[in-house]
Amino acid sequence: MTLLTVNGLHKFFGGVVAARDVTFTVARGEMLAIIGPNGAGKSTVFNMVGGQLKSDRGKVLLDGHDITYTSPQKRFRRGVGRTFQVAQTFLSMSAAENVQMALISCNRQSNRLWTAARERHRDKAVELLSRVGMAEAADVACSALAYGDVKRVELAIALAGQPKLLLMDEPTAGMAPRERAALMDLTASITESQGIGVLFTEHDMDVVFGHAARVLVLLRGQIIAAGSPDEVRQDEQVKRAYLGDARALEPLRGMSPA
Amino acid sequence: MLALDPAFLAVQALSGLSSASSLFITACGLTIVFGVTRIVNFAHGSLYMIGAYTAATLVPRLLELSFGPVTFWAGILASAIVVGLIGVIIEVLLLRRIYGAPELFQLLATFGVVLVVQDLVVQVFGPQDILGPRAPGLRAPVEILGRRFPSYELVLIAAGPIVLGLVWLLLRKTRFGVLVRAATQDRDMVASLGVNQALLFTGTLFLGAFLAGLGGALQIPRVSAHAGMDLSIIAEAFVVTVVGGMGSVPGAFLAALIIGQLQAFGILVFPKSTLVVVFLLMAVVLAIRPHGFFGRAEIVGGTHAVGIASRALLPRRHFILLVVIAILAGIPLVADAYLLKVATEILIFALFAFSLQLLIGVGGVVSFGHAAFFGLGAYGAALAVKWYGVSMEAALPLGLALAALGAGLVGAFVVRLSGIYLAMMTLAAAQILYAVAFQWVEVTGGDNGIVGVWPAPWASGPIPYYLLTAALTVVTVLLLKRIIDAPFGYALRAARDSEARAEAIGLSVRQHRWLAFIIAGAAAGLAGGIYAFSRGSVDPSLLGISTSVDALTMLLLGGIQTVIGPLVGAAALHALRDWIMPITSLWRLFLGLSIIAMVLIFPRGLVGTIRDWWGARA
Repeated sequence: MTLLTVNGLHKFFGGVVAARDVTFTVARGEMLAIIGPNGAGKSTVFNMVGGQLKSDRGKVLLDGHDITYTSPQKRFRRGVGRTFQVAQTFLSMSAAENVQMALISCNRQSNRLWTAARERHRDKAVELLSRVGMAEAADVACSALAYGDVKRVELAIALAGQPKLLLMDEPTAGMAPRERAALMDLTASITESQGIGVLFTEHDMDVVFGHAARVLVLLRGQIIAAGSPDEVRQDEQVKRAYLGDARALEPLRGMSPA
Repeated sequence: MLALDPAFLAVQALSGLSSASSLFITACGLTIVFGVTRIVNFAHGSLYMIGAYTAATLVPRLLELSFGPVTFWAGILASAIVVGLIGVIIEVLLLRRIYGAPELFQLLATFGVVLVVQDLVVQVFGPQDILGPRAPGLRAPVEILGRRFPSYELVLIAAGPIVLGLVWLLLRKTRFGVLVRAATQDRDMVASLGVNQALLFTGTLFLGAFLAGLGGALQIPRVSAHAGMDLSIIAEAFVVTVVGGMGSVPGAFLAALIIGQLQAFGILVFPKSTLVVVFLLMAVVLAIRPHGFFGRAEIVGGTHAVGIASRALLPRRHFILLVVIAILAGIPLVADAYLLKVATEILIFALFAFSLQLLIGVGGVVSFGHAAFFGLGAYGAALAVKWYGVSMEAALPLGLALAALGAGLVGAFVVRLSGIYLAMMTLAAAQILYAVAFQWVEVTGGDNGIVGVWPAPWASGPIPYYLLTAALTVVTVLLLKRIIDAPFGYALRAARDSEARAEAIGLSVRQHRWLAFIIAGAAAGLAGGIYAFSRGSVDPSLLGISTSVDALTMLLLGGIQTVIGPLVGAAALHALRDWIMPITSLWRLFLGLSIIAMVLIFPRGLVGTIRDWWGARA
């Protein structure tokens, strides 16, 4: 069943066309990857779905509701959770408080002036942290965590809003190879069990071809190929797009896809 | 109809042009320095003042040696160069060390320089105003449509475009200029290209200070050099750079032209309130264009906000609180009337500083005009007593309500802004209120303020009033502390830590910040009201820049990253002032040096430093 429908999205920056007639869908429980060389328009498309950028033309539908022009805040309430390319957490708070903050907002309690924040939704927050394997670090300040752990806390924050759609902008950027596979396996198991659709961009081809059900290839703002990982890998246009290197999309010998 | 006489209009427009020229020359230096260093240099006005004093002292001596126009202009130029060199000294000794510091620290450190220069100028040039000589060859006025117009003003009108042209040539045609423009666009990129940054920044400061000094030196035939010209010019120069867009030289020129005309003709419509008109222009421009005419969005990063972080609860915090309350209640048993008065003031300023902590330490919103709300509370209470004869019990809530209302209005304007624009806008709001209090003599009593604001009989006398102040302060601080720990306080911190993340989890950042302004404003207004009744009078200085800076200094002294820092800072600053002021007349020098030392050596403040030391020991 279709969760997200993106239809004919355009974005111009002055004379530069960052996105041209981008159309795709994401189904519940599906992981869709957007790939493409630098400057292809991945982040532009991504931020138009997340609400950080306004599109110039086209439509974004979530569960049939038009969210093309709604703010990031309203998209969150409709069920869009996201992580950022450079992990964005509240560094002055502990890991648990980060998740508690998301739960407080989810329950519309962020204007409350009386009962202490650290006493609210504590159990639920720890449970979410344990789902990403961070329960032990619940009371550690986010500023003291390793970057890989911060990314997992960020995933817990995104999950706190009970999203239908999870947007992950380069989820494994800046992580060690082993951590990458672990994080994506974790994401896959959580989203599969809850029927969450995932849209992610990624530079690491092992991550893409190991986890995405379908792959979308962007070049100069346009979709040049879409399909299963194998179909995309065979596509001549895609091979040329990656700097003419026909082997760029093949898995490295001796390393199984994560 | 005087106003419609074409000759009068022409003369008025010309004098508007000449003040625009003077303003542009000074503001141009400020905007170039900001563009390259990203520091808003409060001391720019001090450099302008030094330029005026130096020229007014130096030029007459030179004219005694050899009288003539060449000597006059050489003297002006020499004065500007002297000021340029002083700018270099400030860069090497201070600015170089704080380029990476949060912008609040940069603003405070350069304000420290303002205080130091104020006392030094009096020491070097004496306390009297110095009127400079008139320019040789330009003494006779010219006739314009039958009206006499000073010929020196015509030279000033030409000076603005000449400086604009020379600066344009410098920025476009020299290697130094290319680097300045490149650094204005992307400082980090210039650094990674292997450019000698130290030399570039020092050169920029020389240029900026030279222009400030030139602006000041050119004034000597028009106005005498006097103490206080630093803050009046810096307020106007800030408006020009902000309206034009920080870092944009053409923007500063355009803004100076508009403001010059606005002042020249505004005086006809609102004879007393040109300052209000100028700041209203800034409010309108920033409401429409949050980065001025030609400014760009600030690049986030580097100037990250600092503030309080989550900490483990103290094990015996209720016990400690009880001890503090017991000590506060016990002070009247041992203190005399003078000490009680000091203790009352400390408590009032502790409350004032604590209310600011909600905005700065918790919300990361650097308000540079918090005195506005303190003053509104004080004036609200005093006006209620003077005009409606209400009692203290009713006047205090009225003052608080007026401050909350004012904070709601100011907040609605400024929550759209960020960083330095927000700081400047809050400063402008406070200056508008200051001007209103100063110039609306019929209602506010002008400079003299309002007297006869005495507490109710049951609360008069040092002991009852001290106890009332202590009770109100303790209750309000505890309420604010509760708010800081509540979801609302956490939401403010969330928006401070990462605005993108806060929005992505559904927090309405602007709405939260607006509410924070109202709460902080109300608390500051309560402090202001208590202060008015403690002194029996109010005057415009309560709304002035120095009151805002006092609150910021208390935060800095106590520690911005701590909750109780502002309370300790208020006590420490007040105690220091009471102790130092009687000993020396150089109080501002001492305070300024202390602020600079704190920024450089103890940026975490008293409480933060002690806590770190405690943590390292454990």
